[in-house]
Amino acid sequence: MDALDASVPAISPRRPISASVATFRALVGSGFRRYATYRQATLAGTFTNIVFGFLRCYVLLAVAAGAAGGAPGGYDARQLATFVWVGQGLLNVVGIWGWADLADRIRTGDIVADLVRPISPVTAYLAADLGRACHALLTRVGPPVLVGALFFPLATPSRWQTVPLFAVSVLLAVIGSFACRYLINATAYWLNDARGPLAFWTLGSGVLAGLYFPLRLLPEWATVTLWVATPLPGLLQTPLDVLIERDPPALQAGLVALQAVWAVVMLALARWVQRRAERRLVVQGG
Amino acid sequence: MIEMRELRKNFTVRVKAGRLRREKREVAAVDGVSLSIARGEMVGYIGPNGAGKSTTLKMLTGVLAPTSGEVSVCGLRPVPQRTRLALRIGVVFGQRSQLWWDLPLRESFRLLRHVYRVPAAEHAARLRRCQELLDLGDFLDTPVRQLSLGQRMRGELTAALLHGPEVLFLDEPTIGLDVVSKQAVRSFLGELGRAGDVTLVLTTHDLADIERLCRRLVVIDHGHVVHDGTIEQLHARYGSRRRLVADLDTPLPPGFTLPGATLTSTEADGHRVTFTLESIAAGAAVAALVGAVPVRDLSVVEPEIEDVVARLYTDVSGAP
Repeated sequence: MDALDASVPAISPRRPISASVATFRALVGSGFRRYATYRQATLAGTFTNIVFGFLRCYVLLAVAAGAAGGAPGGYDARQLATFVWVGQGLLNVVGIWGWADLADRIRTGDIVADLVRPISPVTAYLAADLGRACHALLTRVGPPVLVGALFFPLATPSRWQTVPLFAVSVLLAVIGSFACRYLINATAYWLNDARGPLAFWTLGSGVLAGLYFPLRLLPEWATVTLWVATPLPGLLQTPLDVLIERDPPALQAGLVALQAVWAVVMLALARWVQRRAERRLVVQGG
Repeated sequence: MIEMRELRKNFTVRVKAGRLRREKREVAAVDGVSLSIARGEMVGYIGPNGAGKSTTLKMLTGVLAPTSGEVSVCGLRPVPQRTRLALRIGVVFGQRSQLWWDLPLRESFRLLRHVYRVPAAEHAARLRRCQELLDLGDFLDTPVRQLSLGQRMRGELTAALLHGPEVLFLDEPTIGLDVVSKQAVRSFLGELGRAGDVTLVLTTHDLADIERLCRRLVVIDHGHVVHDGTIEQLHARYGSRRRLVADLDTPLPPGFTLPGATLTSTEADGHRVTFTLESIAAGAAVAALVGAVPVRDLSVVEPEIEDVVARLYTDVSGAP
């Protein structure tokens, strides 16, 4: 057994950054491969996204046709169609819904396997979620945008900074969404079962992140409150508004900055909650 | 390598105390355990369900914070230094998986190399060794969710060893395994233990695991250590006796006694008798019996650890 246990592992507790990056990258890869395994689910999900894309698009275009000036919430018809079709693609990249892995592991006690690893569960799950998002970016965005472009006139960006800003905004949306989902899942540490909070989240996040309708259709005070006081518009509405250039350049960049603040705050909150939970943790089962 | 002093873990449970009222009550899962385990020791940690075995293991690995007492593993305090400790210990939970469910075993191992920052050459050498000893070759490319329990457990053991841990904690590693897989796991652990570099703490309900692997046996019940010593000491302490079982041509004459032994059972109309040997050697007992009655067949039965432990559990549980 010499080869097995010949030495104490040559691992320094003071970790060089390059090693941390390698670990993080490997975990991102694991998330990507995990989702790449389920091809039929990807296909079925894409089909559903497209069907709902048509529904949402026709509803919003009908609203636009009936609105005074034809521009409800300051969007013209092209912008609205783009909002819907890119939104249908981004929905799975941001992944607002359907993640209960952590809550399940807490409920069953499997979380113990995460806690005996030399890496924080928040970091490990974030990496895996970024891998999931990369997979969705490659597989889930193209088809609805393509279908949308075939059937409706879509808006294209006119400013040079829109594309890089949009890329940053999508990344921030993924991180913010992950942190929110992590927090909702983490309620299982206290409640044992997070199905209630998860149902509440599914209901609330879709409306308040701008999935069902652009938040700019709400009265201005409500829109501003949502943007400043909650991370939710940052999950979907902000990247879409950035892409369709709903606002002048300064506000466009400002929205991304606000989104960054919220992503950092939520991630820090997730880490804090995780640490609190570990202190009072009761691992379920023998 | 492992030190526990007056280690205690209380859980709060709510019990019904009226139609709507619920009372909080503190229950001690581990109640003042003190143990010291040296480098290279192989310790069996056993006890009935709910005795506090897994709770102790969770405190040793830094997953649960003790209510009071002191604990150190590899010179580190498990909870505050959990991440550092994780690099130096390996853990296998028989009822949980630390592998990535959707990925092939090989991928899980590759990920663990990154998570534990193991140099590629070291990782490859250890994996090769495990692959030989645990016969992983056939299913390295199978997703974990498709593995049988025996295959998965061999994967779990490998996963726990790839970073070369100093201490290996095994929580019921043979639970639910078939005879062949159990033997594979046991012989692997035996070989690991013989090398002497890895300290091994094993909880199990299968006492054959302990007999094959562990010189030292710690028995815990209701959160207390009730025995700490070798298996022989356990036998001596709880009065395990050998038994003499004899098939007779004719039943024993009335009033027959065997000095230094007690007749514990008579079956088959008196044609089969069992004596428990108290203070007489097996040879002398056989001679005395053969001299007294015609004997067709006889055997001397060694005491079984199962019986001793069963008695120990009932004694302790029945005690006020």
